[in-house]
Amino acid sequence: MTFRRLPSGGRIDRNRPVGFTLDGKRYRGFAGDTLASALLANDVTLVGRSFKYHRPRGIMSAGVEEPNALFTLHDGARTEANMPGTIVDLIDGLTARTQNAWPSVELDVMGINQLAAPLFQSGFYYKTFMGPTKGAWMFYEPFIRRAAGLGAATEAADPDRYETRFDFCDVLVIGSGAAGLAAALSAAGGGGRVLLVEQDSALGGGLLSEPEQDGWLQARLGEIRNASNIQALTHTTAIGLYDDNMVVLVERHDHRQPDPAKGQARQVLTMLQAKAIVFATGAIERPLVFANNDRPGVMLASAVRTYLNRFGVAPTGRAVIATNNDTAYAAAFDLAAQGVEVIVADSRTEIPADLQRRNSIEILAGTSVVDVKGKNTLHAVLDGAEQRTITCDVVGMSGGWSPVVHLTSHGGIKPVYNAAIAGFVPGGFAKTHSGAGAVMGTFGLNAAIREGAAAGGGSIAIAAAGGEDRPYAIVPTWMPPRRKGKAFVDFQNDVTAKDIKNAHQEGYHSVEHLKRYTTLGMGTDQGKTSNIIALAEMAELRGLPIEQAGTTTFRPPYTGVSLGAIAGRTIGGHFRPTRRSPLHDWHAANGGVFIEAGLWQRAWYYRWAGDTPESAYVKEMGLVRRGVGISDVSTLGKIDVQGPDAAEFLNRVYVNGFAKLPVGKARYGVMLNDDGIVLDDGTTTRISETQFYMTTTTAQAGEVMSWLEFLLQTQWTDLKVQVASLTDEWAGMAISGPKARAALELAFPGVDVSDAKLPYMGCLDFSFDGVPIRLLRLSFSGELAYEVHLSADYAISLWEHFLKTGASLGLKPYGLEALASLRIEKGHVAGLELDHRNTLDDLGLGKMAGKEKDYVGKALRQRPMYQAPERWSLVGLELLEPEKRLRGGAILFAKDDKIEGHGRGYITSVTWSVELGKTIALALYNGGLKHVGEEIVCAFPLKNELTRAKIVSPHFIDPEGKRLHA
Amino acid sequence: MSKYSAFSLARHALDPDLPWPRAWRSPEPKASYDVVIVGGGGHGLATAHYLAKNHGITNVAILERSYIGSGNVGRNTTIIRSNYQMGANTGFFEHSLKLWEGLSHDLNFNCMVSQRGQVVVAVSPVQMDVFARRGNIMRLNGIDAELLDRGEVMKLLPYLDYSKDARWPVCGAIHQPRAGTARHDAVAWGYARSADMAGVDIIENCEVTGFAIENGKVTGVETSRGRINAGKVAIAVAGHTSHVAKMAGLRLPVESHILQAFVTEPLKPIVHHVVSWGAELFYLSQSDKGGLVFGGHIDGFNTYTQRGQFAKIRDVAECAVSLMPFTSRVRLLRHWGGIQDMTPDGSPFICKTPVKNLYLNGGWCYQGFKATPASGWTYAHTIANDEPHALNRDFSLDRFEKGNELDEFGIGNWTYKQ
Amino acid sequence: MRLACPHCGPRDYSEFRYGGDASKQRPPHGTTGHGTGDLQTWHDFVFLFDNPKGPHLEYWQHVLGCRRWFTLTRNTATNEVGEPK
Repeated sequence: MTFRRLPSGGRIDRNRPVGFTLDGKRYRGFAGDTLASALLANDVTLVGRSFKYHRPRGIMSAGVEEPNALFTLHDGARTEANMPGTIVDLIDGLTARTQNAWPSVELDVMGINQLAAPLFQSGFYYKTFMGPTKGAWMFYEPFIRRAAGLGAATEAADPDRYETRFDFCDVLVIGSGAAGLAAALSAAGGGGRVLLVEQDSALGGGLLSEPEQDGWLQARLGEIRNASNIQALTHTTAIGLYDDNMVVLVERHDHRQPDPAKGQARQVLTMLQAKAIVFATGAIERPLVFANNDRPGVMLASAVRTYLNRFGVAPTGRAVIATNNDTAYAAAFDLAAQGVEVIVADSRTEIPADLQRRNSIEILAGTSVVDVKGKNTLHAVLDGAEQRTITCDVVGMSGGWSPVVHLTSHGGIKPVYNAAIAGFVPGGFAKTHSGAGAVMGTFGLNAAIREGAAAGGGSIAIAAAGGEDRPYAIVPTWMPPRRKGKAFVDFQNDVTAKDIKNAHQEGYHSVEHLKRYTTLGMGTDQGKTSNIIALAEMAELRGLPIEQAGTTTFRPPYTGVSLGAIAGRTIGGHFRPTRRSPLHDWHAANGGVFIEAGLWQRAWYYRWAGDTPESAYVKEMGLVRRGVGISDVSTLGKIDVQGPDAAEFLNRVYVNGFAKLPVGKARYGVMLNDDGIVLDDGTTTRISETQFYMTTTTAQAGEVMSWLEFLLQTQWTDLKVQVASLTDEWAGMAISGPKARAALELAFPGVDVSDAKLPYMGCLDFSFDGVPIRLLRLSFSGELAYEVHLSADYAISLWEHFLKTGASLGLKPYGLEALASLRIEKGHVAGLELDHRNTLDDLGLGKMAGKEKDYVGKALRQRPMYQAPERWSLVGLELLEPEKRLRGGAILFAKDDKIEGHGRGYITSVTWSVELGKTIALALYNGGLKHVGEEIVCAFPLKNELTRAKIVSPHFIDPEGKRLHA
Repeated sequence: MSKYSAFSLARHALDPDLPWPRAWRSPEPKASYDVVIVGGGGHGLATAHYLAKNHGITNVAILERSYIGSGNVGRNTTIIRSNYQMGANTGFFEHSLKLWEGLSHDLNFNCMVSQRGQVVVAVSPVQMDVFARRGNIMRLNGIDAELLDRGEVMKLLPYLDYSKDARWPVCGAIHQPRAGTARHDAVAWGYARSADMAGVDIIENCEVTGFAIENGKVTGVETSRGRINAGKVAIAVAGHTSHVAKMAGLRLPVESHILQAFVTEPLKPIVHHVVSWGAELFYLSQSDKGGLVFGGHIDGFNTYTQRGQFAKIRDVAECAVSLMPFTSRVRLLRHWGGIQDMTPDGSPFICKTPVKNLYLNGGWCYQGFKATPASGWTYAHTIANDEPHALNRDFSLDRFEKGNELDEFGIGNWTYKQ
Repeated sequence: MRLACPHCGPRDYSEFRYGGDASKQRPPHGTTGHGTGDLQTWHDFVFLFDNPKGPHLEYWQHVLGCRRWFTLTRNTATNEVGEPK
């Protein structure tokens, strides 16, 4: 097989030579080439090795269906494996490497697999590698994994960026062949916005390979350019059709230049909402199945024609065209016109008269290519009416055409078999969808144009192309001739006709079993050339008509799409919005060290107190226990509840009573889900008869808000209540410690914050320096403490004001670690205890629940096992072995228990208590406080630790709450 | 039936015309069976295997409306593991993993059980505590588990994002070395072949259209191929459990949701473990063929369409690229959806029903595949003895009435979280 | 999938939060005492689902928009969505 570049012709730009390398060797092509066409022009025909048998492979097609000619492109972090050379635009400096071969495609040592080929029948993996011992697969698997896998990816992060767009149009036309062009022009005549997308580098589809229709094509392209309401995108693939007319498009920039310029996207993904869709997706030629049909130099007939007409690349001497249908003759005629000697082996005994008219080619009716021999020069073995062997450079084969019904099937409408074309066509269309051209089985050019014009709305006439359509005829041949030698159906996965026969014999009859058992259609090409042949062969083996054998399910994407394009820019640091408190910048500028808390970044500790969290939080805690500290609590959920029925509403959603809460007073409340499990806790303050200010935990803020809205809008629509989230609009800061009141007095001179005026759980709204302030006397730490809430805009000003006025008291900020430790000392539950498995009683809060009133979760919290005495409930622990550690996640056992199984509970939170000078913990324990005083064992087998501890009340400090009320 | 072995392969290699026998027969349904299993998926086929193997019950039919393995056993991400911390789950899934370990031998069918280990990456110190609890319970129940610190994770998974730009830091991980993957389709075929050899009739393209119930007792099923009498009837149709149970008059704590799964182009080995993420529900492994296989959350609303929403696809791709930045250049080849039963607490049912001699297996949520062997094993026990085994006693229908939920994920009744 | 918010018009489903089966009747507030009868009613309401393959009346919230809760009928076999209410 030898190929050469013709001195003229094709759509390449001969004034723009392009240099590229394959496996380090330099080659030249032209702008307008694909990598595949440039390689052929350089007479490089052996470009890969097959997956299983490592058989030498060449270029089979000229499009996205390519199973063989896969390359690894670029180097380093931009390495891209498994790219079909047939869709890679040739760009200057392109580096490509062959794959799945060592040391080279010419001399691949794994080619030895071919000798063992009889062993590698379909399903052979399932029948062996089981011995000698139970885990034997773990021995074999690494070898098999290494042998599989085609190209290699790099571990390096992708340096490129990807963009995501949303778009809308009136009519989307997918495919820019004759039907698509006609549809787009026709639709544009209707005045709507038309989007025409083409996966190829140029508009035109099959017409790009038909020089005789170039006049028509150029005229239409001119009209498209001039139509202000048509946007035509090349390099753009419609990868999938999703519910409600959403089509996802991927536009590739990366194969137009080597590296995207800074700021430029490598690929752009568009989620397009189309009012109407015209599918003009064309058809893909099928190979013929005969012995050694995978030899380099055996190609699809249409690809031979495309390389000739579009790229000016031709076989040097003789070509054999093997076909069972009419279309391959076009390739034969065009080759002959270029002086190539052509022999057509047509398996049909009757050949339409108009195809026989040219005497420059030899046509052998009733004759099939049954085998191809040779390595560099091919020898096509013909059998049937004529029996001979022809030495040639290329075998162009055509087994008929498979309409591209992938996208039309994504919506759930199965394709149906059309015997006239021996292919599957769309089984119908959803409203607003239509199809035109080859996808419908319409292979005549003018018929396709008419169909396209009609699909586009038919508002304007589209000029006809020259010449007349001739009818299409095919006599399908699915099974290979009986002959020694592998006859491939799926080239990429090395699935042969024999494999399909084996699968049938073993009972893997359904199309899905066939695919899964043989790995048919599982490659990068997803079986675009093979699936239909395989299911037709299976139908024949089962003695069923093809339409009864079932089709495979077509799944998106139509062609492979990089995960980067799908993810777009919401990755890395932009994955899930990072939430920051209004005080974030202050923390960052003043020694705050952050920690991720769910979506939030919170100040963990401050450098003033130490350089590690372990050292810093101890100092920060000390500040709160003995002086005064300030902490950012802006992340709490904050909800404004207003309306005449606000009190009644809260009385229903909280387990405890809120109906009689006096104005100016706050109350701690707990909410349950309908199932009786604790949803959230927080304090809610009555601002007026009809207004409440609710706070929620940071983690549940969104859930609670949505839940309140649900109840008000759908269930208790008679309640006159409105809720509004203030979480982002308001900031909160806690002022805690014995000197907290003094700090407030210094900060707000003239405001009476005395215990009489603002007792524990009291609320004071006032204006300071023109800014409304809400001052709540609440404590999470157990100390005398306040929370100040105000508009987020003034948060930093007020914070700095506190630090300035409180400097004489030693007021300094404390972070989340100290906050969490303070609450452990006080026995307040938080996220680690509220793990959505606890009841009210588990948390020691059962007494809060209203006896008389109804509230959410009341019925189901009374289920038998929710009330069982052996439930795990909240206790405190004290470490009994000071040289050891208590750890979160340790499993608890009674002193004499055998240390195995699930234990009697586990440690939720641990801290070093500054106040008590020892390690303490909160835990959930079987039977809870009944066991106070007992010694238990904390097992942490992950570190081989067993530690003794004592069960105590979780209220480690100030259980009477004297400090709160100070 | 010939045994599969290297020897039999060689014999067939030497004589290419020697036919392999059918992996399972295609019998006509008989008028009556001792046990009729509704659903020829992984669980139904496994149940038939263990009914025959453990209980000597072989007068059994499996009725499958399509082809066997057409449900979730052929649509999952192939992960097997036993890192469960809640009561009954721990023992059940460990039993399953032990059965997985011997499955290829048991079935004489290579299910490619690959114990490559699962690494769950933690993203905060608090999460390390949560993982520690799980790992400690595993160890206390004789299951392998180890905590890894950040440095150890970097060695095992060098391709994660350890940069300061990462959304969440890698703090460490919990690792179960015995976890891994299995070749999902092979599990269905292997169980089918074994059950068939024991005499079980596998009847494909036979849809159950109703139950014959007399005096509160099931006596047979109506099918698209006629009435079939049965001593006992066992439902194993996860994904469509509500639909089938409704024909027997049952209303269940189950909603059908779509879970999507994804596979990329084949690559040379690069990911050597099952990798999961603590930041989001996300899990990925590399198949023996080389494709990266991964998944995330359900789409979030009940549906029987096997088409996923693109927004969720983006979400999962964002997870992949954020956790493993190299995947950005790897191309997705195929995505698909499976319909899974979701129960309010995320745990399954293997139990008797209010109808006598009618049994239920379903509600598998995210864990159907890894449960397959133990599910079949305990379901067979439950059917044979008309009593659950200790391993599945808590997987009962009445646990919500009792307040005995098994909330493994700790997300609460997920129907509030949709 | 696109849902029509009664306030904002048709939007991609990713802007919405699903709220489950809307055909189930929540037991009226104020009727829960301590009896086991309530328990059964609430159990059925919270834990049992018709889960039909076909039309399904359900709640959605336009959570990333106007936050309106509404109901619509969606066919769970096709994801075809009806008019919101």
